[in-house]
Amino acid sequence: MILGEEDYITEEGEFVVNMGPQHPSTHGVLRLKVWLDGETIKKVEPHLGYIHRSIEKMSESLSYRQYGYLTSRMDYLSAHINNLACALVVEKALQVEVPARAQAIRIVIGELTRIGSHLLWFASAGLDLGGVTPFFYAFREREAINSIMDENCGARLTQNFMVPGGIVYDVRPDFQSRVKEVLKQFKDNFHEYNEILTGNVIFQNRLKDVGILTKEDAIAFGCTGPTARASGLSCDIRKMYPYDGYEKLQFDEVISTGCDSWARYEVRMAEMLQSVRIIEQLIDNIPEGDIVAKTKNVIKLPKGEFYQRVETARGELGVYIVSDGGASPYRCKYRSPNFANLSAIPHIARGYKIGDLIAIMATIDLIIPDIDR
Amino acid sequence: MNTLLSYSFSSLATYFHNWLQSMIGNGILLTITELVIVGVVLLVFLILLAFFLGYMERKVAAFMEIRLGPNRVGPKGTLQIVADTVKLLFKEGFTPDAADKFLFNLAPGIIITTALLAVAPIAFARGFQIWDINIGVLYISSVSSMAVIGILMAGWSSSNKYSLIGAMRCGAQIVSYELSIGLSLVSIVVLTGSLSLNDIVESQANGWWIFKGHIPVMIAFVVFVIASTAEINRAPFDLVEADQELTGGFNTEYAGMKFAMFLMAEYINLFVVSAVAATIFLGGWMPFHIGGLTGFNHVMDYIPSSVWFFGKTLFIIFIIMQFRWTFPRLRIDQLLNLEWKYLLPISMVNVLLVTLMAIMGWHL
Repeated sequence: MILGEEDYITEEGEFVVNMGPQHPSTHGVLRLKVWLDGETIKKVEPHLGYIHRSIEKMSESLSYRQYGYLTSRMDYLSAHINNLACALVVEKALQVEVPARAQAIRIVIGELTRIGSHLLWFASAGLDLGGVTPFFYAFREREAINSIMDENCGARLTQNFMVPGGIVYDVRPDFQSRVKEVLKQFKDNFHEYNEILTGNVIFQNRLKDVGILTKEDAIAFGCTGPTARASGLSCDIRKMYPYDGYEKLQFDEVISTGCDSWARYEVRMAEMLQSVRIIEQLIDNIPEGDIVAKTKNVIKLPKGEFYQRVETARGELGVYIVSDGGASPYRCKYRSPNFANLSAIPHIARGYKIGDLIAIMATIDLIIPDIDR
Repeated sequence: MNTLLSYSFSSLATYFHNWLQSMIGNGILLTITELVIVGVVLLVFLILLAFFLGYMERKVAAFMEIRLGPNRVGPKGTLQIVADTVKLLFKEGFTPDAADKFLFNLAPGIIITTALLAVAPIAFARGFQIWDINIGVLYISSVSSMAVIGILMAGWSSSNKYSLIGAMRCGAQIVSYELSIGLSLVSIVVLTGSLSLNDIVESQANGWWIFKGHIPVMIAFVVFVIASTAEINRAPFDLVEADQELTGGFNTEYAGMKFAMFLMAEYINLFVVSAVAATIFLGGWMPFHIGGLTGFNHVMDYIPSSVWFFGKTLFIIFIIMQFRWTFPRLRIDQLLNLEWKYLLPISMVNVLLVTLMAIMGWHL
């Protein structure tokens, strides 16, 4: 025992395992210190800070046009939605009217991001539970979405497209037809996901009644997004506090009262279809016009505090800006969904097996750079 | 023509034996020479087989996963596995500081030895058998159960917590699933009245057991395939390795050729269980016959017995490989539930049914 025996064996029969920071299913540099009794988990303690880049502090020395770009490195799977939050808070402070065309494109791109993010979650959830094949099925569609991002935003990961007042470039002329192609491909192939994973008895047994997160706990831990909606908590920011034109769209907030990992799985699967529904309403109705509202070259926010929340693929992202009237934020604080969702793991994993901890992590869908920032 | 149809490899072996005898007079020396030759031939064959199965696994995985698989090294990627072996050969055979060095280095040897030992009584073709032992079934089931010692040894001596958890899982898993394997083998032994693999194959000359054994033998076959997938630690029962949970399980600390030996043992074990399933349930090297269709049966007879054997074995290997690329992994308690609550009771009732069938003579 190289790591110092006295720290790691606390009690007779207790066995402490460090899951991470280098571990195949922590999806990054999360470190979970797990106390085991045989296969059963007695206690989990998350240790953070392995990928802290002080994004909030860095934002204090960047202009309001620049600081949003860092958020693509937070929850890198919801890069567009993070950027949108940063853009929205500036627009809110300046009371800028965003052109209708920019709004529509923002929503389409945002929902494509959500589908892409959930596809990657589906892929890695299958992978975490030992099924390698679903990964390739999901990546086939994610690849198509990434190509659209590539063509229109110039990047496949850490994209930056949303700027204060609108979007940075206009979309390419074939944007609409390409999006429709991808949606058709997605809908045609969606049944394959159900065949390979959803309908599998082994998979269902791995998730059902595992990692029960009650509604009260979800509220207490501040869980948001699909994780909380699977516990019966209505918390979709798009519905509750509509932003950027979501109030005009028809879609359902997917809520399940299962509270277990299986419910979280089902909610995410259904959310993908809701995102498709949103895009389908917009894709043929993207209005012509400007893509960005006129703002001053150097944006200066009025003195005060501004807060804007959006619904990323993982839950509620809040951007809190304190401005002293200067060209960069006096203080910038992100309320990231993954940090709150992670805090529920020690509570809900207790008493389950090691394999269940993997299932819980897979269905809570953590993105580690978003936890540390 | 008839000599070709019923060609037995035993005549080749006899000829070879006589030739060696004329070269080497000494009886003991002759025996040793023959053992060495057979051993070397078998080793080369099994290494090539492991290569082939490694290639096949990648291609089956690619087929399942809508991708191409290896296609760069050699024609259609056939040499990929050779390249990988060369890479493993040049990697450092690292032994962790805190490991029990003797056991750590012994474990891969034990695992590969048990895998190799189990090949001995398998009948590859008519009259082609390395060791015609009259308790072949018992021998295979007892030798293959020794693999658990090697895995426990590897997990314990690595001085790694993940390895230890993997090894402990292995103990529970292999010991449990052995029961079902044993019982499904017993059902055929009851019908045949012999433990010799040769006798079991001969008893299927007028029909494979899976056809003439009716539903009980089919149940035994399914139980055997499931339980042996668990016995050789392949997905969905690969809890011993469980990359996503235990970062590699019992072989986390192994690298280079020591790791390659685990890999090779896995493929040889896969071959052994599939060969046993093919021998016991699917008639071994016996051709496929349909009663009454003499013309069809005659055509089937022209296919060499070794082709029949390897065809059936590869078919079962293909099925077991598809398991791996289709199913997610079970949890440890679900794994044990499956064995103790479902497979074992089913096998026990099934053995009774088979015994009844054997007494009443319904299988003839």
